[in-house]
Amino acid sequence: MSDLAPAAREEAAPAAGGEAVSAPAVPVAAGPVAAAQPGARRTRDALHFALRNKKVVGGGIVVLAFLALGLIAPLFYDYGHSEYVGPQSSGPSGEYWFGTTTFGQDVFLQFVHGIRSTFLVGLLGGGLAALIGMTIGFVAGYVGGLVDEALNMLTNIVLVLPALAVLIILHTYIGITSVPSQALFIGIFSWPWVARAVRAQTFSLRTRDFVDLARLSGMGSGAIIRREIAPNMSSYLFMTFILLFGGSVLFAATLDFIGLGPTGVMSLGLMMNNAVHWSALQLGLWWWFLPPGLGITAIVGALYIMNVGLDEVFNPKLREM
Amino acid sequence: MSLRVDNLKVYYRTLRGDVKALDGATFTVADGEIMGLAGESGSGKSTLSKSLIRLDTRMRLVEGGVELDGKPLPIGDQDAMNAFRFKEVSLIPQYAMSALNPTRKIGKMISELLGARGVKYSEIKPELERRLDLVGLKREVLNNYPIELSGGMKQRMVLVLSTLLNPSLLIADEVTSALDVSTQRAVAETLVEFRDREFVKSMIVVTHDISLVYQIADTIMVMYAGKLAEKAPADVVVNAPRHPYTQLLISSLPEVGVRYADRKLAGIPGSPPGLLNPPAGCRFRDRCPLAFARCVEEPPFVEVDKNHHVACWKAQ
Amino acid sequence: MRRYFARKVAIYLLTFFVAVTLNWLIPRFMPGDPVLRMLTRTSVSNPDAIAPMREYYNNVFGLDVPLWRQYLNYWAELLQGNMGISVWLFPAPVTEVILDAVPYTLALLIPSILLSWYAGNKVGALAARRKWLDNTVLPLGYALTATPYMWIAIVLAWSLAIIAGVFPVAGGYSFDLQPSWSLVFFNSLIQHWFLPFLSLFLVAFGGWAIGMRNMIIYELEADYANYLEALGAPRRLIRRYAFRNALLPQLTGLALQLGVLVAGALVTEIVFGYPGLGRLILMAIQNQDFFLLQGAFLFIVIGVLIANFVIDIVYVLVDPRTRTGMTGGAA
Ligand SMILES: Nc1ncnc2c1ncn2[C@@H]1O[C@H](COP(=O)(O)OP(=O)(O)O)[C@@H](O)[C@H]1O
Ligand code: SF4
Ligand SMILES: [Mg+2]
Repeated sequence: MSDLAPAAREEAAPAAGGEAVSAPAVPVAAGPVAAAQPGARRTRDALHFALRNKKVVGGGIVVLAFLALGLIAPLFYDYGHSEYVGPQSSGPSGEYWFGTTTFGQDVFLQFVHGIRSTFLVGLLGGGLAALIGMTIGFVAGYVGGLVDEALNMLTNIVLVLPALAVLIILHTYIGITSVPSQALFIGIFSWPWVARAVRAQTFSLRTRDFVDLARLSGMGSGAIIRREIAPNMSSYLFMTFILLFGGSVLFAATLDFIGLGPTGVMSLGLMMNNAVHWSALQLGLWWWFLPPGLGITAIVGALYIMNVGLDEVFNPKLREM
Repeated sequence: MSLRVDNLKVYYRTLRGDVKALDGATFTVADGEIMGLAGESGSGKSTLSKSLIRLDTRMRLVEGGVELDGKPLPIGDQDAMNAFRFKEVSLIPQYAMSALNPTRKIGKMISELLGARGVKYSEIKPELERRLDLVGLKREVLNNYPIELSGGMKQRMVLVLSTLLNPSLLIADEVTSALDVSTQRAVAETLVEFRDREFVKSMIVVTHDISLVYQIADTIMVMYAGKLAEKAPADVVVNAPRHPYTQLLISSLPEVGVRYADRKLAGIPGSPPGLLNPPAGCRFRDRCPLAFARCVEEPPFVEVDKNHHVACWKAQ
Repeated sequence: MRRYFARKVAIYLLTFFVAVTLNWLIPRFMPGDPVLRMLTRTSVSNPDAIAPMREYYNNVFGLDVPLWRQYLNYWAELLQGNMGISVWLFPAPVTEVILDAVPYTLALLIPSILLSWYAGNKVGALAARRKWLDNTVLPLGYALTATPYMWIAIVLAWSLAIIAGVFPVAGGYSFDLQPSWSLVFFNSLIQHWFLPFLSLFLVAFGGWAIGMRNMIIYELEADYANYLEALGAPRRLIRRYAFRNALLPQLTGLALQLGVLVAGALVTEIVFGYPGLGRLILMAIQNQDFFLLQGAFLFIVIGVLIANFVIDIVYVLVDPRTRTGMTGGAA
């Protein structure tokens, strides 16, 4: 296959785990797909294999089911997630599916609201991190030279700064009041490994024939990156976004759990915070603290599994026959 | 007769069906023969060479057999085949630049490989060093990591390693395509020298550069779309080819300058058929200037002259 | 190799510089001067003892010295180990409070990182391209790595400590003991340490196992592996090489994961009421103890930078290419 892939991997592979991703879940080794196939054909092929890949389909179903739950379920309630509506500390029942808190709040309602915030923060935080990381990676890799050096330095600094610690300071003084602003902060600290990997791949792509051709035909740098380089990494970029999404979700849960979450918004991390704070463990109110963690694990786990599946779809070598 | 390949069919399994990348090849390579294997890219050259040493997981042996020095070569059986690899059949891969484990000193890697194949490194080391001298590598390279060697040095290192156990057949797949012209010449000459010194008995040199292989090969075999088109002594292929495809290929080679036979054939419209469901009959039919009614039948690969085989109705 | 380390150290120093600057800049330029408000609040409850705090404040954030002077003063104080005085644990100096907590956090982090990395890599390597093992390790690994640290901690605390009663629920050692060099105390330490350690270990283990499993699969497709197979090398040898080579990106992965691991330790400590930095940070947040928070921040940054440097050294030991000066290594 592509002779350049191994070279790109040397650098790209170590980025496997992301700062914000809780694990090196996918080797970010996916070499750029050979540029020989026309785009439409490639997309069709990818779809063909994706729909036949058990990991992609299974993971996708779980994620979509949770998304639907978070979007739809809250609509059926005429009371709020923090209102004291039921008996205190009662277990799961027909009326309160996940039971109630020590104050009589509806745990299921809190759960589905939490799912909502989870998706929101994943989408925004992951999206922003992807945007920053890719922009910096493309520019550094394509322009090279001093710009590359400077961006590399910036990337390395943000990379080694422990994001949670910085966020604690920022939150203390500036305050994080909404899910989007939480996502903003998360995004700002989660991009470095993406920038690194994208840079390495751009580096290897920019010397390829089709990029030379575009340059000779007078295409500008921005256009070359958008039209020639990015499409050749699209599968990789998509998988990166999924990882960033999962990372943002876990990161937000950590912040919410420490009590640094947005105010007035229910999240799965805040549910766990409340449960621990109000001694749900000692009181044995398992219906209060088990669902939020399970929800996060299921969503993030499904995303990761989907990613492995996608990796197999885009890299035929990984498919087992 | 060193190598005898009989009606070999190797397909790639894909979800859409079998890609018939090698669809019935019958030929022989004699002791001491260097056979150039030419054809545009996608014609099945690598498929044929891989079949002779290691089928990858997507390849399927459909039919046919291979004999080496009179013994059947169990190419469909990975485990049984292992005994032959390196010792009887060996390979210089296309990717010689990255063929060596980057985190092992070269000498250590060789000794571990040999140990695993039941050969004592200490016993073979003198010979290894002689051969390093022969290709102009310092003995110290054994203490180096691959990254410390230049491209040309790695190429020679792989050449020495692959032939260390004096295999009967050596397959060299596009060994020269990544090198500059002068290094190409040197590598090609080394191949001949290794044959002359009987480090290897016979060779298949895969290339899409006919002009280079012409200088070292005794015979040239041309493939087209998964089939054999023509095999003959090198100067016959170049000076008096009988297959219309070979003729076009040769006539499209300029005197100097462009060396590659895999560029689009000048002046012939169309491209090779897809190998997923190739049409019956001669696969060159759509592009052949000489095509006629009979060509809807498949032309057999037959000997039209002494040691000259062609698969074309017009050539018989 | 010298260039490699010089580059690394330059990055770490620069990062430290950025962190310190941020740490000074953010409170200095916040509207409403939150630090001053904090001090005013404290002087109400401790009117006489507030003098040293005032002095520190005026020195590094006050208005009676020029800005650049304040900034330099901040560095000067910092280099003498002075990070101000904790409001929550008044009048203990921040540095002292933090140094008391750091050993607990390190006692959780270091063993859990090392052991999970080791075990995860071993198990992941075993699983790669081995059908049945892969089918168990892969889903388990993904489930673990997708689990939020505090939730594993909650589940373990609830099931093993509260329900089964096998381990203590909270604290760094038993309430009725005084820290001492006795066996009883040590025993209590270990018992309180185990569950938080296990939580950290499990989540991280999942990540390493999957990372290694995936890396090995890539390595087994690498050119050198194909060449060795063509030369009839046994599977065992090729896997050994693949494992060794896959360790390198895993080592880089470890460096990248440090921030996440530290975050995991902080929340785990909170769940178990473990007296490390995590619980300290929680209390500082709840008591609006800004100096303590800022001190904790700097300690974490320093810890992470040191750990990065250690990983760089190990990388050079494992990857011959960095030693020969041919490539840049981990970064
Ligand atoms: N893994 C594969 N799966 C499906 N088809 C393949 C695979 N590898 C090669 N092919 C097809 O087999 C044919 C022959 O390929 P190859 O032997 O590599 O040609 P060459 O070496 O002459 O360039 C080509 O049409 C190619 O598309
Ligand atoms: S068999 Fe017919 S189509 Fe094929 S090469 Fe000969 S003349 Fe042309
Ligand atoms: Mg080929």
